[in-house]
Amino acid sequence: MTGDIVQMGAYIGAGLACMGMGGAAVGVGNVAGNFLSGALRNPSAAPGQTATLFIGIAFAEALGIFSFLVALLLMFAV
Amino acid sequence: MDQFIVRPLFGDGDVGVFTITNATLWMALSVLGIALLFIVGTRGRAIVPTRVQSVAELAYGFIHKMVEDVAGKDGLKFFPYIFTLFLFIVFSNFLGLLPKAFTPTSHIAVTAVLAVLVFLTVTIVGFVKNGAGFLSLFWVSSAPLALRPVLALIEVISYFVRPVSHSIRLAGNMMAGHAVIKVFAAFAPLVLISTIGIAVTPLSILAITAMYGLEILVAFIQAYVFTILTCVYLKDALHPHH
Repeated sequence: MTGDIVQMGAYIGAGLACMGMGGAAVGVGNVAGNFLSGALRNPSAAPGQTATLFIGIAFAEALGIFSFLVALLLMFAV
Repeated sequence: MDQFIVRPLFGDGDVGVFTITNATLWMALSVLGIALLFIVGTRGRAIVPTRVQSVAELAYGFIHKMVEDVAGKDGLKFFPYIFTLFLFIVFSNFLGLLPKAFTPTSHIAVTAVLAVLVFLTVTIVGFVKNGAGFLSLFWVSSAPLALRPVLALIEVISYFVRPVSHSIRLAGNMMAGHAVIKVFAAFAPLVLISTIGIAVTPLSILAITAMYGLEILVAFIQAYVFTILTCVYLKDALHPHH
């Protein structure tokens, strides 16, 4: 066997970090879907809440980006 | 990932602190673009605006309303700073979408500086405006007393993670988008070396086009999100009481 087992673990971990993407997808979809269902019930109130929508999406997405960060750290820093 | 490499603009020397690099060039181009837009846009001051003036007015009005809605009337003092942030990010993102361009905002070094400046501004403003009362941001008075120390710990951690998530969100989004296009672009010339490329090449070209459309959306949304989060943090500093 060639190569370093630590390196192998880091690559496997970086691949596994992609699962975080699914979590972010669920979160962003949840926020956007709930916004849409609320907006269709009361369309007149929807434009005032787009800022809240984007803040919610940004917070949900940030955790997905953290998994990307973990992947990057495993690839290049460990 | 050739497009993310910072290299000197003139010659092949090392990149030092004062070396003029391609990052410098594209940041300068963004600043130049902003200056041009607003100098040309505000020169006429016509009642019926020209196209450039409309764009300038639209951008100004959009951010002004956002700051007022999110941070409140007293947040408008920080409008020039927030508007500058928004314009710089939006211009860097969009100029970075040009072929052969360099995207300064895809580098954590650039976005970290922006985010840390926002973090420092907000913290200093919070303490100057409220004194020690700013610490009530971490003491959730609406929660049961037994929960408050735990919540305080969580609030403190989330407060200090802000600059990290703030910068990584922007850099990560820009970098990931460009990297995805690069990955599809690597599949595109497959038709030249293999027969399977007859199926793969049109698909990957289609995917590049679709991703590019998405990237245009993301370039704007990420600039918007960065500025709106700045407004939210500013609101916390101006009105820290839960």
